[in-house]
Amino acid sequence: MHAPVPAPAAPPKGRLARFLDSDLFYSFRTSPMAILAGTVAALMTLAALLAGLLAPQNAFDPAALNLMDGYTKPLEQGLGSQGLFVLGADAQGRDILSAILFGSRLSLVVGVASVAFSLVLGVGLGLLAGYVGGRIEALIMRIADIQLSFPAILIALLVFGVARGLIPPHRHEEMAVVVLIIAIGLSNWAQYARTVRASTLVEKNKDYVQAARLLGISPLPVMLKHLLPNVAGPVLVIATINLALAIIEEATLSYLGVGVPATQPSLGTLIRFGQQYLFSGEWWILLFPALALVLLALSINLLGDWLRDALNPKLR
Amino acid sequence: MSNAPFVEVKDLRRVFDVSKPWLNRVLEGGEKQYLKAVDGISFDIARGETFALVGESGSGKSTVARMVVGLLPPSGGGVTIDGVSMADAAQAAARQRLRRRIQMIFQDPYASLNPRWRVDRIVAEPIRAFDLIKGEREIANRVGELLSLVGLHPDDGKKFPHEFSGGQRQRIAIARALASNAEFIVCDEPTSALDVSVQAQILNLMRDLQDRLGLTYLFISHNLAVVRHMASRIGVMYLGRIVEVSGGRELFQAPKHPYTRMLLDAVPDIGMTGRQRVPVNGEIPNPINPPSGCPFNPRCPFANDRCRTERPPLDEGVACHAVHERRIDVPVAA
Amino acid sequence: MSEPVLSVRDLRVEFVTRRGILKAIDGVSFDIAKGEVLGVVGESGAGKSVTGSAVIGLIDPPGRIAGGEVRLGGQRIDNLSPEAMRRVRGKRIGMIFQDPLTSLNPLYRVGEQLVETIQTHTNLSNAGARKRAIELLAEVGIPAPERRIDGYPHEFSGGMRQRVVIALALCAEPELIIADEPTTALDVSVQAQIISLLKRLGREHGTAIMLVTHDMGVIAETADRVAVMYSGRIAEIGPVRQVVQTPLHPYAKGLMGAIPTLVQSSDDRLVQIPGSMPRLSAIPPGCPFHPRCPHAWDRCSRDRPDPIQHAEHRVACHLYDANDPTAKAHMIHTHAPLEEGVAS
Repeated sequence: MHAPVPAPAAPPKGRLARFLDSDLFYSFRTSPMAILAGTVAALMTLAALLAGLLAPQNAFDPAALNLMDGYTKPLEQGLGSQGLFVLGADAQGRDILSAILFGSRLSLVVGVASVAFSLVLGVGLGLLAGYVGGRIEALIMRIADIQLSFPAILIALLVFGVARGLIPPHRHEEMAVVVLIIAIGLSNWAQYARTVRASTLVEKNKDYVQAARLLGISPLPVMLKHLLPNVAGPVLVIATINLALAIIEEATLSYLGVGVPATQPSLGTLIRFGQQYLFSGEWWILLFPALALVLLALSINLLGDWLRDALNPKLR
Repeated sequence: MSNAPFVEVKDLRRVFDVSKPWLNRVLEGGEKQYLKAVDGISFDIARGETFALVGESGSGKSTVARMVVGLLPPSGGGVTIDGVSMADAAQAAARQRLRRRIQMIFQDPYASLNPRWRVDRIVAEPIRAFDLIKGEREIANRVGELLSLVGLHPDDGKKFPHEFSGGQRQRIAIARALASNAEFIVCDEPTSALDVSVQAQILNLMRDLQDRLGLTYLFISHNLAVVRHMASRIGVMYLGRIVEVSGGRELFQAPKHPYTRMLLDAVPDIGMTGRQRVPVNGEIPNPINPPSGCPFNPRCPFANDRCRTERPPLDEGVACHAVHERRIDVPVAA
Repeated sequence: MSEPVLSVRDLRVEFVTRRGILKAIDGVSFDIAKGEVLGVVGESGAGKSVTGSAVIGLIDPPGRIAGGEVRLGGQRIDNLSPEAMRRVRGKRIGMIFQDPLTSLNPLYRVGEQLVETIQTHTNLSNAGARKRAIELLAEVGIPAPERRIDGYPHEFSGGMRQRVVIALALCAEPELIIADEPTTALDVSVQAQIISLLKRLGREHGTAIMLVTHDMGVIAETADRVAVMYSGRIAEIGPVRQVVQTPLHPYAKGLMGAIPTLVQSSDDRLVQIPGSMPRLSAIPPGCPFHPRCPHAWDRCSRDRPDPIQHAEHRVACHLYDANDPTAKAHMIHTHAPLEEGVAS
């Protein structure tokens, strides 16, 4: 009937093969900065996740501490336990290395969870605003505008304060991490909503969405199955950069003393404790947690920068 | 063929609000502005035929296509397909059943396929949406069949759209349109994004499929030669109205409306017959402020006062005072 | 015959990518004489626009001119410094692109842009340059040019904008105009106006025009000679009437038959060439057209065909190699219309 059509030229590739051959992976392979940042971020994440196995000491267990080890200098043996303290110990004899490992685990958990929370909220609202339009769009986007005109940390403080007022005092400790995640998450959703709305406005007029509407597919499946995969790219970049910001935001809140309780120190809490010793000579109590925070946030941020450039066809 | 036309479009209208935002209007002054994209057009399509709407940009032909398939609600008038009104709320259930039988092929094959979906999922979407076939294996077989039908390999289903050329993508779009056993397919400039040699493949494929499956096409195009090749009847649109409608052969042998004549004259002459051509005047006016009377009057060499004030009705297949009054001679089809 | 205005010899353009070097233009040669319109036609990916860009030295990295010569009025211009090339582009080569808005600055009045361009190439006074600008606008058919000269580009319709761009290209009285799809964005009725304008200007000013387009109809109307490109090479080049009406190269034949026209019977099937043009990364060896060619034999997948002079055509196809006995056997078929030969 019609001209013979050649058989498919190349067999379809598997997922891994496609990834290894993709422009994205190529761009990663050829960018020393991305490889370095990726390695540092991956190693720190891995070490934090395996804190229970790697740490010489369970830093949160008061029974594991020996007051005689207090103020041990880096690379010296503690007087009490006779163990080696690579990064030194604080006043209670807590090993700084262990504290950093456990602390960055908490920082990462709070960071990832709050980013996930704001991602779901922001992407959902952005999709809704872009696809439905009208008053719903106007309402969502004006709230986003108002929120964006305040610094994120202020919003987080506000949410944190309101939440503490609502939760009975005896549950403050156990709920602290959840409240922190929600507070940071709520302070960051607006960016996602804006970005997603903008790409949704472009995508929803493309013919593949029209073709789906023609089949009578209702709005929710159209948004989730057709639009979401196509607007996710730029969001991923923001999420990566925001992960670094969320970790810093958590550290700031904990530094201010409104974050996680002292019994579960995060990197921010460690820095708060450490600063009292800044002028008394015990510099390691402050320096190493601060360095860990900088290294973690910087490597994730650089990774996000690289991802943004790699996904932006104009810069290539 | 039954007596009632398969597709009946009656006095279809669409007005777009193209005003500036409310705040700007208040601050800068200025009134609400409306664009009459489609201004009362009517036509019928018989089962199994190809009816074409041809026109230049701004003629409203694509807006008609979107209203006919129900993607865009009309501002007035209506579309009836196989006796079911596309607007009547009482016929909602019948319209839901009708949906399966109407499909659309879009202009840009790069935008009409979801870039994140594999081809087999794209082609299977209508089958799943209308729950036509049960069982994953049966659906996969049907998708393979459809891909073969449009000249692709069944294994191509495992690939993503970006792995295909423009022509192959348009084949995929056709396979999707056929997946729900559609009977009426609205084709909105289906080949204008394609190269000529690929365009020929797609046009031939569409005609073959029409012969095999008894499809009815509404074919939208700006290309007169393509329309001539595909359509049995043709409506010529200008600024939201049909100015002439006639059988394909007559339209090209004996065009009546001055605009149709001008359009035919403007087509580059690949046969290089050295025919004498009447120079074309002017451009399409801004559709927000269309001329009064006959929309073509500012460009028409035969316009008189009546043309400038009174809108000509579509009579004897042509909307032109000069033809109706026999002021200009109408060529007779050979 | 006097020296051609533009002479291109064995031009090669490559794009360096991580997957290897892609040959976008692979050995293209042609001349354009004074006052002549050469149509360069081909489907997307054939390299026609890249050819135009290479001639005016506008190949951006990762692309590069990998070989060959471009001569304008006898002077080699492919090896000029970017600064010298910029002067050549403004003064001796005019350019018209598909989208007139890329050539016009939306923030300046049309007259200001014309006057500025005129003054960079002549030593006319402000008043003199303005007078010249009005003349140019009148020449390209803009009504009431004295008034329209003070309009902004957005106040002009698509066809009128393209006329302004043509006026802009004419400012320096260039020897050569390169028009890349000048009518593609325009409606049919406006397209015809622009075509006849280009034709008239070429004739009156003796300007050589290189008209790059995918639209065979535009070529047939406008060009004196036509080059049909395929996969970065010229498949066939010759006088427009001959190439359009009696094409020799199997690709050119298929292409002409594939175009629906207003004269053939609408019951005829269109000739179709199976498949599509290969991607640059997968150009087959030998003749790039051989996998789609109904006449191909083993030699076609092995040897790259060199252009052969055949009557007034130059055609890159082994079928026209008088010394090849297989080609002679095939020639008998080629005189029958190609038609359904490719359809099953």
